Amino acid sequence: MKLHEYQAKEVLARFGVPVPKGRVANTPDEAEAIAKELGGKVVIKAQAHTGARGKAGGVKVANDPAEAKKYASEIIGMTLVTHQTGPQGLPVNSVLVEEAIDIDREIYLSVAIDNTPGRPVIIASSQGGMDIEEVADKTPEAIVKTLIDPACGFQPYQGRKLAFAVGLDGEHLNAASALIGNVAKAFLESDGVIVEINPLVVTKDGRILAADAKFSIDDNADYRQKDLVALQDRSQEPEKELEAHDAGIQNYVKLDGNIGCLVNGAGLAMATLDALKFAGGDAANFLDIGTANSPDAVVSALKIIGSDPDVKAVLVNIFGGLARTDIIAEGTIQAIKQGFVTQPVVVRLAGTNVELGSKILDESGVDLGRADGFAEAARMAVAAAK
Amino acid sequence: MGVLMDENSRVVVQGFGGAGQREAMTGRDYGTNIVCGVTPGRGGQTIEGFEVLNTVREAVDKYDANISLIFVPAPFAADAILEAADAGIPTAICITEGIPTLDMMRVKRALAGSKTRLIGPNCPGVINPAARSRAGIMPVDVYLEGSVGVISRSGTLVYEAVDQLTRLGIGQSGSVGVGGDPIIGTSQREALELFEADPDTAAIVLIGEIGGTAEQEAAEYIKQMSKPVVAFIAGATAPPGRRMGHAGAIIAGAAGTAAAKQEALRAAGAAVVENPGDIGSTMQRVLQETGLA
Repeated sequence: MKLHEYQAKEVLARFGVPVPKGRVANTPDEAEAIAKELGGKVVIKAQAHTGARGKAGGVKVANDPAEAKKYASEIIGMTLVTHQTGPQGLPVNSVLVEEAIDIDREIYLSVAIDNTPGRPVIIASSQGGMDIEEVADKTPEAIVKTLIDPACGFQPYQGRKLAFAVGLDGEHLNAASALIGNVAKAFLESDGVIVEINPLVVTKDGRILAADAKFSIDDNADYRQKDLVALQDRSQEPEKELEAHDAGIQNYVKLDGNIGCLVNGAGLAMATLDALKFAGGDAANFLDIGTANSPDAVVSALKIIGSDPDVKAVLVNIFGGLARTDIIAEGTIQAIKQGFVTQPVVVRLAGTNVELGSKILDESGVDLGRADGFAEAARMAVAAAK
Repeated sequence: MGVLMDENSRVVVQGFGGAGQREAMTGRDYGTNIVCGVTPGRGGQTIEGFEVLNTVREAVDKYDANISLIFVPAPFAADAILEAADAGIPTAICITEGIPTLDMMRVKRALAGSKTRLIGPNCPGVINPAARSRAGIMPVDVYLEGSVGVISRSGTLVYEAVDQLTRLGIGQSGSVGVGGDPIIGTSQREALELFEADPDTAAIVLIGEIGGTAEQEAAEYIKQMSKPVVAFIAGATAPPGRRMGHAGAIIAGAAGTAAAKQEALRAAGAAVVENPGDIGSTMQRVLQETGLA
C-alpha cells in the first residue's frame, strides 16, 4: 500500500525526520489559510500516487495566500497524467501546502529490502533529485549502500559512513547520521517496502529536510499496521481492483487486453498472461484465486471479470494443488448460470480432483470451451475473444 | 537419493488445522512417513490417525522427526519456523503465504549458521517420487519417477512443468518450490546446487519470475554446472511497478524484468523457454541432444 507524500512526511516526522513546514489542504480555502499561517512563498503540491508531478503541472510556487488559493483551485480536481500513471491518470483530491525552501544541495536517500541477503538496505547518493535508476546506470560510483543487520539494527557508524559518502560532513554530520537512522527506524517499525526521500535537501540556511517522500507499506503486514492502512486513499486505486479487494480477492491487477483470466497461483497466473501473448492475445487482468475454499469465492471472482466491459472472453486455468478443481468447476458453472459471465468461457482443469471437476463441467449442460493443456487453452481463449 | 527428502524422511506437520490434516493424509496415502501433527494446546488428541503434540521438540523426541511441514497462519509462522529450528529440525518447509517481509528478515538472520535449512515460505514444498516422500501440497498424480529435478518460485508452475514432463514420459527426481516471497530460506541457486550434487538427477527445470535478482544469481552458478538446465521466467508480459500476486514478483528495476533474467540464463548456457507451454518439449529436446534421454 502506498502513502501520499503528506502522509509519508507525517510518518517520517513522527520518527524525528525533519520535513518542511506545511499541511495538507482539501479545498482552495484551506490552502489559503495554511499559506497565511506559513507566511511568505509556499509550494502547492498535488497529492497523487505518482512521481513526476511537477512536469504534469501538479506542483506550483505561490507568492502569497491569494495565489496559493488560485493554484490550489487549479490543482485540486485535476487528473494528473504522468509516465507512471498511464493515460487514464490519477485524480487529485488534495494538495500539500509547504514553505518554499531555498535549496543548496540535493541528496538521494532510500531504504528498501535487499532480497538476496534478506536485509534492509539503505541507499544514498549525492545525485539527488534525479531518477535513481538513471544514476545507477550512468554514475554507479555515486551510489552508496549499507545493509542493516536485523539483530543489532541500524548503527550510527552506518549513518556516518553514508553521510560522509554523500558529502554531508562537517557541521551536517551528526544531523545527517541521525536522520538516516530515523528513516531506517520508520521503515522497520512501519513494515516498509520502500521509503524514498528524493530529494533530501540541504537548505541555504543550513537545514537538512526531506523535501519529497514516498512510502510503501507491506500488504502482508496490514493486520499490525492498522493506523497506516487507515490512511489508504481509495481514489488512487483502479476501481476494478477495489471491487476485487472488497470481494476478498487480494491478487487482482487490471490490464489492457480483452481476455479475462481466473488462475490459481501467482506464477501460473503470470505464465497464463505470457501464454495468451504467444497465442496472439492480451489478458484483461491478472487474477490469482489462490486456494478458493468455496464456489462462492470463484463466483465473486468471475463476477468481477464478467462485469469488466473490456472482457470479450474468459479463460479459467487451474492446476489444483491445495486448490480443488471440483470447487472451481462448481463456482464457474454457478457464475455462468447466474448470468455473471455472458462472454464465451474456456476452462482448463488439471491436478487435485480433476476427474470430479471435469464431471461437474460435463454434466452442467453449460456450453464451455474445454482445453486439456495450457497452450491449447490460451489459443482457444484468443480465438473466442475475436 | 533425490534432494531434501528420501525414504528416511519423518515429517511433522506444524499447524495441524484443515489444510495441514488434508495434506498429511494425502502425503500418507502417497507413502510418506508423516509421524505426527503439532498444534499448541491440542496435545493428546488423535486426528485422522495422527497423534497431535504440543511442541516440535516433543515430535523430535518421540518420533525423531527430521522435516517440519509448516501450515501455521502468517502472523504466527515466523515463530513456528524458529520453533522448528530450536528443536533441531534439519529441514523446515513453510507453505504459509502472506508472512510479513520483516518477519522473514528476522527469521533468516536467526537461521544463519544454524543447522536448519528453510524451504519457502509461500511455497508448494518438496517431493521425491522415487521415495514416494512428499512434504508439501502438490498433487501427487502428475509425478512420474525419473531423473529431472524441478525448481520453481511458483507452486502451480511446478505442477504445470511436471505435468508437461510426465505427459512426454519424462520422470522427475524431485521438485523443490523455493517460494514466491522476497525473502526465502533457500534460493534458486542453492536448490540448483542440491540437484547438481544428486546422483539421481540428470537435468533440471528452473522456473523463475519477474522481480529481484535471484535468477541472475542462479545463472552465475549454472555456468559451472555439469547438468543441463531448462529455464522459464514467468511474467514477461507483466507491467512494471505492479505486484503480480507474489510479493516478490514486481518489476522495480531493470534487473527485475523477464528479459534481463532470460538474457542472464541464456548467457550461462541454460535453454530458455519463452512460451510456458514449451517447458516439457524443450526438456525432451535437451535430453535428446545431450544423449541423456
